[in-house]
Amino acid sequence: MIPLHWYLILAAVLFLVGMLGFFLKRNIIALLLSVEIMLNAVNLTFVAFSSQHGQISGQIFVFFVLVVAAAEAAVGLALVIAMFRNRESLNVDRSNLLKW
Amino acid sequence: MIQILFFFFAALALGAAINVLAQKHVLYSSLSLIVMLTAVSGLFILLQADFLAVINVIVYAGAIMVLFVFVIMLLNLPADPSGEDGIDRMRWLKFAGIPLGIFLLLMIGATVWNVGISGNATQMEGSAEAIGQTLFTDYLLPFELTSLLILIALMGAVVFAKKDL
Repeated sequence: MIPLHWYLILAAVLFLVGMLGFFLKRNIIALLLSVEIMLNAVNLTFVAFSSQHGQISGQIFVFFVLVVAAAEAAVGLALVIAMFRNRESLNVDRSNLLKW
Repeated sequence: MIQILFFFFAALALGAAINVLAQKHVLYSSLSLIVMLTAVSGLFILLQADFLAVINVIVYAGAIMVLFVFVIMLLNLPADPSGEDGIDRMRWLKFAGIPLGIFLLLMIGATVWNVGISGNATQMEGSAEAIGQTLFTDYLLPFELTSLLILIALMGAVVFAKKDL
């Protein structure tokens, strides 16, 4: 049997990788991919705790996270298309119209 | 045996996640993310969450990533889209994320280390039947509201992506 710690540490490291990607990357699609990595790390934590405590609720929550991730991907990619149409670039530093 | 599988899937997930960041072109990044999602599904199976593993592969690695790949293909990106094209005012500021990330990792590690996790792993099944039982009794209202959320996201995506409505 795998100790719960290992899953939690793996999920934390995966979350860290996603967060680093979110901070370091400038391409907006790469940012969305980093968010997906972070969501999956959180899902892994949920399932690990759910399996540890014998409660199915954690897995239900993963279900809802999946739904929200799907909605987020759809709206986010639509925004990416709109942004690319207006600016011909996916660099998030380029979209600085509201910045002074 | 199960530990070998754990380490295999963990290494696969971690390597693929790092590869997502390392790749220059987002298409390769998203393909690498599919590998990572599949590895996480393998971990779900090790945690006896069979149904979620299948759902993860079908919905995430199947539907969502296909959406990503479609949009990347649709946009017809230039060769190096990550583009440090002349904007380097923020070059050092963005590395502020590294100490933040290390701090977060330390916090999570300390919490995991200090909080005693009581009890041994109890056997339970993450089958479709068990999940469906709970989902359609205790979580019926959130489940129905989810459909509303998807409807709103659908309309929002159409509104944003359409050129002139």
